[in-house]
Formats: sequence, C-alpha cells, structure tokens
Amino acid sequence: MYGFEALTFNIHGGYLEAIVRGHRAGLLTTADYNNLCQCENLDDIKMHLSATKYGSYLQNEPSPLHTTTIVEKCTLKLVDDYKHMLCQATEPMSTFLEYIRYGHMIDNVVLIVTGTLHERDVQELIEKCHPLGMFDSIATLAVAQNMRELYRLVLVDTPLAPYFSECLTSEDLDDMNIEIMRNTLYKAYLEDFYKFCQKLGGATAEIMSDLLAFEADRRAVNITINSIGTELTREDRKKLYSNFGLLYPYGHEELAICEDIDQVRGVMEKYPPYQAIFSKMSYGESQMLDKAFYEEEVRRLCLAFEQQFHYGVFFAYMRLREQEIRNLMWISECVAQNQKSRIHDSVVYMF
Amino acid sequence: MDDLLDKLPEMDLMRSEKMTLVQLIIPVESAHRSVTYLGELGLLQFRDLNADKSPFQRTFATQVKRCGEMSRKLRFFKDQIDKAGLRCLPRRHELEPDIELGDLERKLADHEHEVLEMNSNSEKLRQTYNELLGFKIVLQKASGFLVSSNAHAIGDETELRESTYSNNGFIESSSLLEQEMKPEPLNQSGLRFISGIINKDKLLRFERMLFRATRGNMLFNQTPSDEEIMDPSTSEMVEKIVFVVFFSGEQARTKILKICEAFGANCYSVPEDTTKQRQLTREVLSRLSDLEATLDAGTRHWNNALNAVGYSLTKWVTTVRREKAVYDTLNMLNFDVTKKCLVGEGWCPTFAKTQIHEVLQRATSDSNSQVGVIFHVMHAVESPPTYFRTNKLTNAFQEIIDAYGVARYQEANPAVYSVVTYPFLFAVMFGDWGHGLCLLLGALYLLARERKLSKQKLGSFMEMLFGGRYVILLMALFSIYCGLIYNEFFSVPFHIFGGSAYKCRDTTCSDAYTAGLVKYRDPYPFGVDPSWRGSRSELPYLNSLKMKMSILLGIAQMNLGLILSFFNARFFGSSLDIRWCTGSQADLYHVMIYMFLSPTEELGENELFWGQRPLQILLLLMAFIAVPWMLFPKPFALRKIHMERFQGRTYGLLGTSEEDLDVEPDSARSHQGEEFNISEIFVHQLIHSIEFVLGSVSNTASYLRLWALSLAHSELSTVFYEKVLLLAWGYENILIRLIGVVVFAFATAFILLMMETLSAFLHALRLHWVEFMGKFFHGDGYKFVPFSFALLSDDNE
Repeated sequence: MYGFEALTFNIHGGYLEAIVRGHRAGLLTTADYNNLCQCENLDDIKMHLSATKYGSYLQNEPSPLHTTTIVEKCTLKLVDDYKHMLCQATEPMSTFLEYIRYGHMIDNVVLIVTGTLHERDVQELIEKCHPLGMFDSIATLAVAQNMRELYRLVLVDTPLAPYFSECLTSEDLDDMNIEIMRNTLYKAYLEDFYKFCQKLGGATAEIMSDLLAFEADRRAVNITINSIGTELTREDRKKLYSNFGLLYPYGHEELAICEDIDQVRGVMEKYPPYQAIFSKMSYGESQMLDKAFYEEEVRRLCLAFEQQFHYGVFFAYMRLREQEIRNLMWISECVAQNQKSRIHDSVVYMF
Repeated sequence: MDDLLDKLPEMDLMRSEKMTLVQLIIPVESAHRSVTYLGELGLLQFRDLNADKSPFQRTFATQVKRCGEMSRKLRFFKDQIDKAGLRCLPRRHELEPDIELGDLERKLADHEHEVLEMNSNSEKLRQTYNELLGFKIVLQKASGFLVSSNAHAIGDETELRESTYSNNGFIESSSLLEQEMKPEPLNQSGLRFISGIINKDKLLRFERMLFRATRGNMLFNQTPSDEEIMDPSTSEMVEKIVFVVFFSGEQARTKILKICEAFGANCYSVPEDTTKQRQLTREVLSRLSDLEATLDAGTRHWNNALNAVGYSLTKWVTTVRREKAVYDTLNMLNFDVTKKCLVGEGWCPTFAKTQIHEVLQRATSDSNSQVGVIFHVMHAVESPPTYFRTNKLTNAFQEIIDAYGVARYQEANPAVYSVVTYPFLFAVMFGDWGHGLCLLLGALYLLARERKLSKQKLGSFMEMLFGGRYVILLMALFSIYCGLIYNEFFSVPFHIFGGSAYKCRDTTCSDAYTAGLVKYRDPYPFGVDPSWRGSRSELPYLNSLKMKMSILLGIAQMNLGLILSFFNARFFGSSLDIRWCTGSQADLYHVMIYMFLSPTEELGENELFWGQRPLQILLLLMAFIAVPWMLFPKPFALRKIHMERFQGRTYGLLGTSEEDLDVEPDSARSHQGEEFNISEIFVHQLIHSIEFVLGSVSNTASYLRLWALSLAHSELSTVFYEKVLLLAWGYENILIRLIGVVVFAFATAFILLMMETLSAFLHALRLHWVEFMGKFFHGDGYKFVPFSFALLSDDNE
C-alpha cells in the first residue's frame, strides 16, 4: 500500500527488518578499526575479529593466516546472512534481494570472460568469483567466443538475460568490448533496479532512488575518467550512462565531452551534493576520488537505517558489509606487508 | 526488639552473602599456579583492571593465542573423529598425568601434521580411485550404447523421421539438420563420441548446454550407474550418470570438452573395438583392486591415529580450556614491571577469605616462590555482587527470582518465601489431586533419573523441565493438598475423610435437586463436602469460598511483602536513612486498613463454612457494610500518611547533615531526594501514596485470578469428565467407549496437564513478580560470577 507501509510492512517484512538491523549492529565500529589498526600481524587481527560476528567463521583457520583467507571467511559470513534473509523473504522482498546480487553476477561474468580471453584456468577463475554472483552454469561461460554466443549459451537462463539486449554483437570478445559490455549491463541493471524500486513505491522508492542515483552518478564519473584518452567516442560514452540520477540528462551531456579530470571536476561542482566530494581534492588528482565516493556512499547508506518500513536497509546492509570487507582486506594487507602507515589511506569508517 | 532481630540465626538465603573486595599481589613466578588453584576453588570474582586495553595488547595475549590455536586443533581432531565415525571412550583420567602446556602443544602439532598428511594422501588416492571407478562404470555401460547404436542405427533413423513428420510443432531447422546427419553411417564420417560420467543433479543442465552449444547437432545417451561414488570433499555417496554424446566436427568436440570440464564431468575415451574394451576393463579392474587395498590400509592407519588422539581428547580439551581461562584471568590483572608482580582485585564472599588464603599459601609453597602472595581486604566503593548459596531445591526458585532481576546486594531475598508460596499459589489454581498425582509421577520420574539425566545433554524443553524438577515436585504436592481440600479427583469428589454431612430428606431422594439436602451430622472433617457436587448451589458456594480465599491469600502475601520492605528499610536505613524507615512505617500503617477489612471477611467466611446456605445473605450484608468501611478510612488514612510524611521529612532533613559524612553508595539515592524542593517531595509523596493505595486495591483484585483459574480448571475437567467420559460410557458400544476414553485421556494430558499447568505457572509467576515482589524488591544488583573451572566446562559444553 503506497504511503501506508507502517500499517502492513511488518506482516511480511517485520521479521527480516529486525534481523537486518541486528546484523547492522554487528558491523565494526570506529573503535574496532582503531584496535585493528594497532595489530602487529594477521593473528592479532584474527584474535580481535574473534570477538566480533566473524568469530565463528575464523576460529577454525590454522594459524599462518593469509589475507585471502580472512577476506574469504568474512565474505562467507556476508553470504550466509544474505542467504538466510533470502530464504525468509516473500515477494516482493525476495525479488528485491535478488536484485542486490545482479551486480555481482555482472562482475563475475566479466571476470570469467576476461580470464578465458587471457587463457586462465576456469577453476581458478571461479574461485576468484564473488559467491553472491554465482549462478549454475557460470563455468560454461568459458565456451563462448563472442557476445551472441555468450548470451545464447549461458546467460539466457540467468536473470541477466534482459540486460543483454543492447550488447548483442557478433564481434569477437576483446578487453575493450568486455569493458563496454560490463558498463552496458550495469547501466541496464541499474535502470531496471531503479524502475523496480519505483514500482514498489513508498519509503523504499524514496530511499532506494537516492542510493541508486548516487550509484549511477558515481559510475558516470568513473566511466568518464576511465575513458579519457581511449578510443571510445563521445556518443558511445554517453550511451553507457544510466538514464536517471542527479546528473541526468544535462550533466551527462557535459560529462560526455570532458577531456581531462579537471573538466570533470568543473561539471561535478555544479551539483551541490558532489561539490563537497570534489572540494576535498586538489586539482588534477583522481586517486582519492574513490575513497571520497565510498565515504559519501557509506554516509548515505547509514542514513537509510534512520527510516523504518522499507527495503533500503537490506541494500544498505549488504553494501556496508562489502565496504567493511574491503576495509578488512586493506587493513590485513597493510599489516601483512608492514605498511601500517598507509592503513588510513583507504579505510572508510562507518559508525 | 532490635536485639531480638539481630540475634536471629543467620539464614544464607534471607540476604545475599556478605562480600569483600580483596586485593592480591602475586609474584610472577607463582601467578599461574595461584590463579589455577583459585579457579579450582571457584570463590573469587576477578575485576578486569585492563578494560581499556584491546585483547591483543594484554600481557598474556600470546598464551591466549596459543590456547586458541590448540583448541582449534582439538576441534579439528573432533571433526575428524566424527567423520570417521569412531567412538572414543576417554580413558580413566587418573591414569594420565597432567600434561604441560608446551608438551601438549607439541603433541597436538605432531598429531595434526600426521592426520593432515594422511588426509591429503588418502584424498589423492581417493581421487584416482574415483576416476578409475568412473572409468570402469563408463566402460561397462558405454559399450552397451556403442553396440546398440551400431545395431539400431537404421531403426533409429526411421523412427526419427516418423516422429518429425507426425509432429508439426517441431522446429523445422533442427529436424532438417538431424535428417541430414543421420543417414551417414556411424563409423564413416566425422561422427564421433565422447563418453563420461557426471553427477546426477547436474545432468539436466548439462544436456541442455550441450544441445545449445552444438545447436542440437548431437545425440545424447544416458544411463544411471549402478554404483554410487563417494565425493571426497563431503564424503557423501553421490549418484552418477553415465553419458555418451555423439557429435560431428572438431569445433563441437572442443566445445563439448570445455562444457564437460565446466560441469566437472569426467570424460574417458572408450575404444569402439570390443576386444580392446575387454582388455582395458581388465586393466582397470586390477588397478582398482590394488588401490582398494591401499585405501583400506590408509583408512586403518588413519583410524588408528585418530584412536590414539581420541583416547585423551576430552582430557586435552578440558586442559586447554582451563589454561585459556587461566590466561584470560591473568590478563585481567595489572602487571607491574618494576615490582615483578601482578596486582589483582576481586570480590569474594567474606566466609571464603580463609579458604582463599590457604589456597594462595599452597600455591606459593608449590611453586617454590620466595615471596608469598599478599592478600588483603580493600575498601569498596561500588556495590558488591549478589551471591546466594543455593542447593538443588532452592536453586530453581532462585532462578525464578533472578529472571525478574538480580537482588540488590544484601536485599531481602524473595526466593526464601517463594519456595512455599510459589507452589502453593500454583496449587490454588491447579487444585485437583488426580492431576496433582500425575504431576507428582512426572516429577518423581525426573528425580529418580536425576543422576543419569544431569549428565547427558537434554533438549531445551526437557532441560527446562529437568531444571525445575523440584518446583514441579512441590507444585504437585501442594496441588494434591489443595485438590483434597477442593475434594476433586479429575473433578470427581471422593468420600475419603468419612461420609458426607448431608443426606436426602427421604429415601427416594426425589427432591434432592429441588428442596435440597438436610444436614444430619458433623461437618465433613477435611475440605469440601462431596455432596456439594452437582447441587444447584455448588457454583455459588465454591465461588465465594475460592474468591474469599484468594483475597485472603493475596492480602497475606502482600503484607509479607510490606513487612519485608520494612525490614529492608531497617536493614539499609538503620545506619543511614531515616526517611525510608518512616515511609515504610506509614505504608505499614496504611495496610492496617486492609487488615481491618480482612477480619470481617474472615469471620463471614468462617460462618459460611460452618453454617448453612441462608448465611450467604448475611455475607451480602457484610459486603454492604464493608463498602463504606472501605471508603471512609481512606481519606483519614491519607491525611495521616501526609502527617507522617511531614514528620518524616523533618527527620530526614536532620538526618542528612549526618549522612553527608558517610560515603556509602547506597545513600546516593536518598541524598538526591533530600536535596529537592519540599513541595516537590510533597507532590512526589502524594503521587507515591495515591499510587500505593490504588495499587493495593488493584493488586488485591489481581489475586482474584487465583479464584478465576481454579474455577476454570475445575469446570474444564468437569466438562471433560461428564461430556466425554460419562457420555461415551453411556453407550453399550465398546468402540465408542474406547474413543471416549482416548479423547478423555488426551484432553486430560494436553489441555489440563500441560496447558493448564503452564497457565497456572505463569499466573503464579506474575503474582510473585508484580504483586509480591513489587512491594519491596529492587532487583538492581548484579550476579556474583566467580572464576571457576567447574562453571567453565558447564558453559562451553
């Protein structure tokens, strides 16, 4: 019921919202990060994490730990949370939760296809895939030679199939192609997700449209920056931007013709929410942009928990956990390589 | 009076144990041993002096980490042992000497290395074995396909044609392709095949994928393998399917091979020649038998190694757990580098001081330390923890109280009274001695198997029942007692204590239900006269009896609560708080109103009990008198309360000047109250007293649930008895009788024994928590959790 979520939301969503809020309480806090930053080796990290929700996932790992094991186990925790919620969910929440996975699916498809192109072992590639983005016939992706085949053989069974309508070419796969495919897929995915959330209405639409618009804008900026100096034409570049978000449509026009990072900056500073992000950076710098965007994203995700009776919390929780795992990976990597001074470069604090 | 009260013998449960804050200064060399001994004693609760440090910054972090690592290894062994399905009975503990931590660590590492190596070896072997087994199965099955496909190639072809022509819905292009392909003889053109084996659950997708990849240009044959193959990672048996794919062209071949790889299907090349096939089969079989022998030997070896570990596994687990606890505790101590000693603080019961002292001395002498452990009492600022020494019986009741709130330090403990009042109030609601007997049997069963049950792990529900076995026992006994008073046995009255006091007016007994009975001898000696049952006035009589009884019980219990609050106030207030004391006295005075009320009711009830039915009219009169009686004193009493309040306040003000000298933590609350505005106190007290007056009335009314539930219980059991059992018995048919008995038994067991017990239990719980304990109980203490090995193993199991 549009606008009356408070009346009916708890019938199906109440339990899961409680669960997800409980999970959110288990996210690491700034105090945890401070402690983690003081760790001397990976065993210290394990010891500290054993007092958190990750404890049971790490406790059976033999002692010489590796960063990959830590990340793997932490991801396992995320996946378990997700699966548990998905099992309990009813329509339309289950579809919403499924949507959260699609991004990972796209990444996995791209990973496998790129890997096969460079003649890597399929099993090895599969191990690198994000477990949330796994689907049944993912290993078969290696068989495909071009987009059309990719679609016809494998992806037609997956939920990604509709997103392929725009990139069905018979060209052979190469790095550039794949990157364009990734962005086209992502564009289609974000637009579809956006539409789905609008259809759900109420607080979900309100909050998710904000979060997804931010995501779309961020992608637009990243696409622009990454495509500067490549042979991608302006028209093609513009085609990759998602058709919603704060930058749509006039920002896209301007971004499409940017030739260097300072021009991008000029465009973005016209939009107040992004002005703050860019004002933190010095001219000509794009290294810290990622972190700045992540920080802004985390801030928005945390705000999603301020409102009740909407599905945005699930999306926000998944994203926050992923950010947390990125943080842990960075910290572990820094600790393992004795670069503790660089820990703060990339860790995004949440609470 | 005060002397008398002080001289009363001390009861452990009345108030919590006196606690002392002690400081330990332990030399480093004897620290570990001292803490171990203290853990065995289990009477000291350490305070964490390093709360600001993160776990890995503490002194003994490395040791804790080592213990964690060891327990991981032990868990690994346990997993392996479970996987192997071994049952390892631990050897007698006395036979094995205590093992040093370092030795144990080395031992565990050795064992783990051994087991891991064996695992990887056997996994490799298993892999080869599985592959060979797959090959064997494929050889057996696939050869059948090859032969049959050769023989029936032409037959297939015609069939296919027929089906395509008859089926217009078929996609034309694919059928055309097949038609083109088919006429070619099998061994002539590029028609080739791949055979292999695949998990059954992947088969459908595999087939679909093959179809898509070759654009339908293939023939897929499948047959289930008769044997199941063990999956090495999960050691589960998996069903496999043998398949043979016929296709043409090199490109299709690479594609199919890739798909096979992606699906984890093992492909084997099967020679088309039958003699070669036979030869291969023989080779494979011989290698299989070799491998089998090796695998068996490996498994035996593995089992032996695990058995060796399994014997002492439980012992090791406890050792490691203890060590970890010891180091965790040591981490709570302050480490003083210059003095080479550890400083610890903790709470212990005052009576345990000597014991702790002895233990510490023993530790010093055992570790040959030259400096003894310094043990002295410290002045406490914060409130001590609450500790009750309970036994098997009182423990359950203490748990019920703790569920509401842990008593404040040295506060009057309601658990003492609950031991009797709780089952009694339950029984008032559950008064039926038949049902009581059933409960009693259950409780006795639990008690009889106490020793056995306490050792094994129970489900959560059984655990709850077992934990409350003494509560159930007492509840059963009391409900038998109350059932005898109500004279109900599955709602049927019995003439246990002699005959009824009533008889019919004449021999025919025709007017028994209209004119009533006559009394002809002394009243029934115990409980309700059985003749009441079925009479027209049964319900009014029992109602008035139960209602008044429940009011009486309620008032008695609430008075007990008020008296306790007076004792609490006296206990805490004698040294520091006058206002509390006067407040309580005023409350006590107020309660006297109700005490005035109750004798009149008591009288009325007594007369009714001895007398006859017309006296109910008198009772009604009494009630009319009671209403103004209850109304009038109220304002007076309130005015009196206020007078007392004023007096109390002046005393209180005087008192504060002295109290300021004391820095006892308990006084903090009263200080705050005292410093406020006078009118504020007045308003506050007014609200408080109004609340109390209203509370007393509503709480008294709340005790009526005793009556309501007992009525409901007896009515329900009457219904089941009369409308089910007796109704069914009225028929001559044995089947109907049987059904009646069964229905009656189930209704009794599930509705009366289980649900009614639960509801009566919950109502008794509420009466205790809200109506009784609300009068005096603060419940804002915290529990005494000593560092004890005994508690440790309980927690982790």
